Amino acid sequence: MNSFAPILPEILLLAIGLLILLAEPFWKREQRRNLGWLTAGGLALSMVVCLLVGRPAAPVMALGGMVRFDWLGFFFKMLFLAASAATALFMMDVEKLNRRGEAYLLLLASTMGMTLMASSANLVMLYLAIETTSIPLYVLAGFMLEDEASTEAGFKYLLFGALTSTVMLYGFSLLYGFTGTTDIYKLAAMFQAGQLSTGVIVGVIFLLVVGLGFKVSIVPFHFWAPDVYEGSPTPIAGFLSTASKAAGFAVLARLFVVAFPNLMSSWATILAVLSAITMTVGNLLAIRQSNIKRLLAYSSVAHAGYVLIGVAAASRLGVASVVFYLIAYIVTNLAAFGIVVAYARVSGSDEIAAYNGLSRRSPGLALALLVAFLSLAGMPPFGGFIAKVLVFAAAVESGLVWLAVVGVINAIIGLYYYLVVLKHVYLFRNEAAESQPLPVTRPYMIALVALSIGIILIGTVFAPWFGLSDAAALNLF
Amino acid sequence: MDFINSHLLSLILFLPTVAALVIFFLPKDEVKLIRWTAFAASLIPFALSVVVWVNFKSDASGFQFEENYPWYDAIRSSVHLGVDGLSLTMVVLTTLLTPLAILASFSITDRVKPYMMLFLMLETGMLGVFMALDLLIFFVFWEIGLVPMYFLINQWGSANRNYASLKFMIYTMGGSLGLLLGIQLLGVLFKTFDLQTIVQGWTSLSSSETFGQTFFTIGQVKAVAFWAFVIAFAIKVPVWPFHTWLPDAHTEAPTAGSMILAGVLLKLGAYGFLRLVLPLYPEQAQFYAGALAFLAVAAIVFGAFASYGQTDFKRLVAYSSVNHMGFVLLGIAAAAKASGTLDATIALNGAVLQMFNHGLSAAGMFFLVGVIYERTHTRNLNEFGGLFPLVPVYGGILIFTSMASLGLPGLNGFISEFLVVRGSWPILTVYTAVAMLGLLFTGAYILKGIKSVLHGPLNEHWAHGEHKLTEINTREILVMAPLMALILVTGVWPAWILDVINKAMVMLF
Amino acid sequence: MNFPVLSVIVFTPMAAAVLMLLMPAERRNETRSIALAAATFALILSGWVYYQYLVNHMAGYQFVEEYNWLPALGMKLIFGVDGMSAPLVLLTGIVMFTGVLISWGIDDEHAPTGIQDRPREFFAFLFILASGVFGVFASLDLFMLFFFYEIAVFPMYLLIAIWGWVKTREYAAMKLTLYLFVGSVVALVGALAMYFKAGFDSFDMRLLEQANFPVDFQIGWFLPVFLGFAVLGGIWPFHNWSPDGHVAAPTAVSMFHAGVLMKLGAFAALRVGIMLLPEGAKYWSWLIMTFAAVAVVYGAYIAFVQTDFKYMVGFSSVSHMGLVMLGFSTLNRQGLLGSGVQMFSHGVMTALFFAVVGMVYDRAHTREIPELGGMGKILPFASIGFIIGGLVSMGMPGFSGFIAEFPIFLGVWGRQWLVAVVASVSIVITAAYIMRNIRMVFFGNMPEKFEGHISALTALDKVAIVTLCAFMIGIGLFPSLMVPMVQTGVDNILRLLGGA
Repeated sequence: MNSFAPILPEILLLAIGLLILLAEPFWKREQRRNLGWLTAGGLALSMVVCLLVGRPAAPVMALGGMVRFDWLGFFFKMLFLAASAATALFMMDVEKLNRRGEAYLLLLASTMGMTLMASSANLVMLYLAIETTSIPLYVLAGFMLEDEASTEAGFKYLLFGALTSTVMLYGFSLLYGFTGTTDIYKLAAMFQAGQLSTGVIVGVIFLLVVGLGFKVSIVPFHFWAPDVYEGSPTPIAGFLSTASKAAGFAVLARLFVVAFPNLMSSWATILAVLSAITMTVGNLLAIRQSNIKRLLAYSSVAHAGYVLIGVAAASRLGVASVVFYLIAYIVTNLAAFGIVVAYARVSGSDEIAAYNGLSRRSPGLALALLVAFLSLAGMPPFGGFIAKVLVFAAAVESGLVWLAVVGVINAIIGLYYYLVVLKHVYLFRNEAAESQPLPVTRPYMIALVALSIGIILIGTVFAPWFGLSDAAALNLF
Repeated sequence: MDFINSHLLSLILFLPTVAALVIFFLPKDEVKLIRWTAFAASLIPFALSVVVWVNFKSDASGFQFEENYPWYDAIRSSVHLGVDGLSLTMVVLTTLLTPLAILASFSITDRVKPYMMLFLMLETGMLGVFMALDLLIFFVFWEIGLVPMYFLINQWGSANRNYASLKFMIYTMGGSLGLLLGIQLLGVLFKTFDLQTIVQGWTSLSSSETFGQTFFTIGQVKAVAFWAFVIAFAIKVPVWPFHTWLPDAHTEAPTAGSMILAGVLLKLGAYGFLRLVLPLYPEQAQFYAGALAFLAVAAIVFGAFASYGQTDFKRLVAYSSVNHMGFVLLGIAAAAKASGTLDATIALNGAVLQMFNHGLSAAGMFFLVGVIYERTHTRNLNEFGGLFPLVPVYGGILIFTSMASLGLPGLNGFISEFLVVRGSWPILTVYTAVAMLGLLFTGAYILKGIKSVLHGPLNEHWAHGEHKLTEINTREILVMAPLMALILVTGVWPAWILDVINKAMVMLF
Repeated sequence: MNFPVLSVIVFTPMAAAVLMLLMPAERRNETRSIALAAATFALILSGWVYYQYLVNHMAGYQFVEEYNWLPALGMKLIFGVDGMSAPLVLLTGIVMFTGVLISWGIDDEHAPTGIQDRPREFFAFLFILASGVFGVFASLDLFMLFFFYEIAVFPMYLLIAIWGWVKTREYAAMKLTLYLFVGSVVALVGALAMYFKAGFDSFDMRLLEQANFPVDFQIGWFLPVFLGFAVLGGIWPFHNWSPDGHVAAPTAVSMFHAGVLMKLGAFAALRVGIMLLPEGAKYWSWLIMTFAAVAVVYGAYIAFVQTDFKYMVGFSSVSHMGLVMLGFSTLNRQGLLGSGVQMFSHGVMTALFFAVVGMVYDRAHTREIPELGGMGKILPFASIGFIIGGLVSMGMPGFSGFIAEFPIFLGVWGRQWLVAVVASVSIVITAAYIMRNIRMVFFGNMPEKFEGHISALTALDKVAIVTLCAFMIGIGLFPSLMVPMVQTGVDNILRLLGGA
């Protein structure tokens, strides 16, 4: 059992996938919506199993040094499972997705890629994991073939993804070429010997940043995000903007902190500058959006910037804050996308103006949106507040006061456009629509209630979450 | 009994407020009940102040009936009450005039309840100023008195009341601003507001030293503070050129309001001079005595001129207050100039007695104006004329009171004005001489008033029909009787009160 | 007595808010009853805390509760009150109670008062706000202070934007929220800097007080921290949000806003800015004093020229909060004492003002002062309330305003006499506009268009007015009901300032 523990989540994911493949032919088309229950339930069950029997002890290398079994990886894996489960629930009432087993299967495949990303300790494994994550997502983004926007989204995502993957792969090969090893944990020792000029390493770092920057949508590698989010099926966009992004950050944190500890000051500065630019550009562009998915896309760019603050702080608190931020962000943003899914299903529009009068039509959904958006804006007692405080704290601790100030200014810009959405929800009227009922189906209800409670729990009882984040961070130092 | 004896002053001070609270809980339609409650309640402080007067030992120095309660420990201010001859005179005047004014306002029919409540609170405010031995408490009551007066004028006044009440408020508030700053300065300096402590400490500071961390010497600071105090009190007195609020306020105020305004409120200013300015700033007062005297004389002369020029009966009486209060200030100026001399004491005696006397006669005059106004609804002197045969009793009372105001020997006004002039003459000869000229005009305007109302050709309008003038009624006579009695008694036998005043003045200065 | 009274006070409104949100929307009166019950409960408890503190002559931090929250970073949930915060906790209880009373609302098309539109959400948001406010006043942990501070800020946006005055609510709500958020996050960065500089791994302010930060650190961080909070205190030149916000807000929210929230800013500026960075405070006190003095006079003048009733009250708050800041800037005993009392006094007074303005507006549907008149005849209670509030605002002796303002001026004399002289001009200006307003709104003749359209106050309105007035007069006549308590708080601040 112990030898399988490091890849227990992956095994379980595989099992669920097989189960879906087996179940699909036996179910009639009308019943296939239940595949969503199967997926989500299976994922939830997997989480429980992993938490019970698959917890890591001291960090160990496993599978011949391909993966490292530690808290950082484990913790992210659990997050990905949860995000995936929520996404599966959100998919259940989206026509064209909900009755197709392959959609759920692709989701699981992508999730498996992410879990491997979070724990891979070898460049080869890492690359494979990234591709395993990406390819199913290319498909999912373009899943709705008859929809031009969706097709365009899938194609765009594929093109940019492939390009940046190549650049990153080039970076990996250079690393291997210079050091002769693909083991991330051995790279550091090689660099310590000081055989390489700093210029070369910075060049390599730059190549890696391009590849990972695309995944986490750092400016200037963000431009795909709004189009892809807008075009892809909304649950997939939510998944892209949360789990996929978190996986990128997991790699980013591990790779930079572990492989280049000696060059911290230089890469930290690069990341700090990128972080400032990312936040600012993301927020400023978000202000102008009239489509809620595009708004959330730009806002997710901005959030990538906040997370980068923690990475740039390059300290234990920094990494802990990154992890914490990602927990809060995943839960929050999934909730936000979930509401968009639930509402668009009834109203058929993703325009912000279509949200007028929502609070009178469905106070519950409006409240969930309030919780999610205020958490995104960084207001207590929601998760986003603590997360922001922690990354700012990390910046201040590492002497990056200027970055914290930039972050603060951005938080204010962010608050502005989130409030604008709330204004539509709570203030503006839409007399015609207000009398019509707004049914929220059971999967959505479950997912949204769970996520909202999660947001509040993270924002109030934050000690356990931070404890886990800190444990994860400790593994890197 | 012990409790009453040991808390006489606070009882006098707070009973009116308690009564106001009681009235608050009376039904507002029970007009009669409210009136009589207010009247009865205002008699109790009067009775108590008579008790104080009787038990007052005029030979003893310092303050008597002292009471001291902690109030605002943090800045060392306490409710410290006490009276000496000076303040006791004023307390008696106040407690005497208040019931009379309330009696006079029985003719008020509009919103009697708030009216009576405000009146009683006003009494507390005024009494507090006279009794306070703590600078901050002094200020507290000084300001509190303003509010009811404002509303009395604003709510129950005549046509132009809005303008008049606002002017009254702004002038007095503006004046008290300097007072407030001055009190703060003293408070910061001495970390206490106890009057006696401050007087001792402040006068013993050497004028030539620098003040705190500033560039100023103590002398300069004292001079500025002196003027801050003087202006505050001068506005209240009122002294020319700060008097312009007074004719408006008096004219627009309801009758009883004018009585109290002229009878007591104006005395607050003069009292401030005697209680605070002279003791705190003897040097500055001496230095600026000429200026004060000039203002006093200006008030006397211009007040008389202005009064003569009026066609409105009430304005005429109002300006006469400026004129009469000028004498008070003249006496004070003289005392400031030559503090401690016999002349100064005489002048002071005159000034204080003049305060008391003016309180009686001005209140009476305003009331009499009110009486005729209520009947005729006009105050225009040109519309009266030859009314004596119609209302002989009223006419007699009017002439009697006017004569007191004019300074006819045998009545009280003569005694006090004579004392002031007698005391000031050796000290401020020229000013006093000019003031004497003003006295001439005093005679002129008072006679003009009597002539236009009572004598001359009868205005037929008032003789017949629905406009027929009715005689003064019993209640109104009852209001006037005590005033006239005191006017006469003081004029014939001033010793009953001068004794107290004189001893106080000797001990004070 | 180990009853966790402070945490009960803090979380009662929050619990009530959750409860109300779970109620069906159409049970309007039940929702309101929950609100009133919770508000009464909180008022009683906060009154009890105040009373205990007063009669037992307590000093220092009392009723302390301590719960570990995030031990890894030393964040704790520490509640406790001292002489400065106990009155403010009581103030919050009072304003919350009266705010609920006057927003009660009757479900009748013609009823002029209260909140008719979605009362459930209204009270829920209001109570979340109240929880935040209680939390700030009671928190002894720097992080928790921020936590509650932000909780107190964001419901404001919704409350104003949804239930506010139609013409300006969107603009005002956004302006207000952004201003306050800017201030608080700037201060937050400063607080984080303190945390790391102190190196205690603790946000406990009782510890941070002893940190003795280097002088240049204090000088560098004082202004961001102090001004960041003071934005909410309405300090000039960052006061711009406040009159707009006051005017746009519905009545109960204006009461909360001007009555309590502005105190939140001032209080946090004191507790975090001055108490933790005393050397910085000494260094910059001249600047704060200048700002405050300008606010006092400028606010009064702007209030004087307003023709809109509510704007007038809004700017008067700027002026009065300027006095609080002025007291802070003296850094001496009298000034701080006065500020402590002024926070309470102004809170009650301005809550009363806004309540009355709301009552008049609900009936006349205009706030233009020249268009109003004669309201005193039909709304005697409202006019008496406004007059008493006005007298407090003028600093009239016998009312709480005097008890507060006088020591502030004494304190300023001790520092800079010129400022005292300049600032005192505001007293006359205040008297002028208050008197003018009383006369124009409540007295005089009622314009014909209002005849018959003005309905009398409800009993709840009257209870609210009487409650508020009682506190102002009580403290005005008997300063010892509050002053000794505030003094103990001041003692502590002076100790931190090194007996300055």
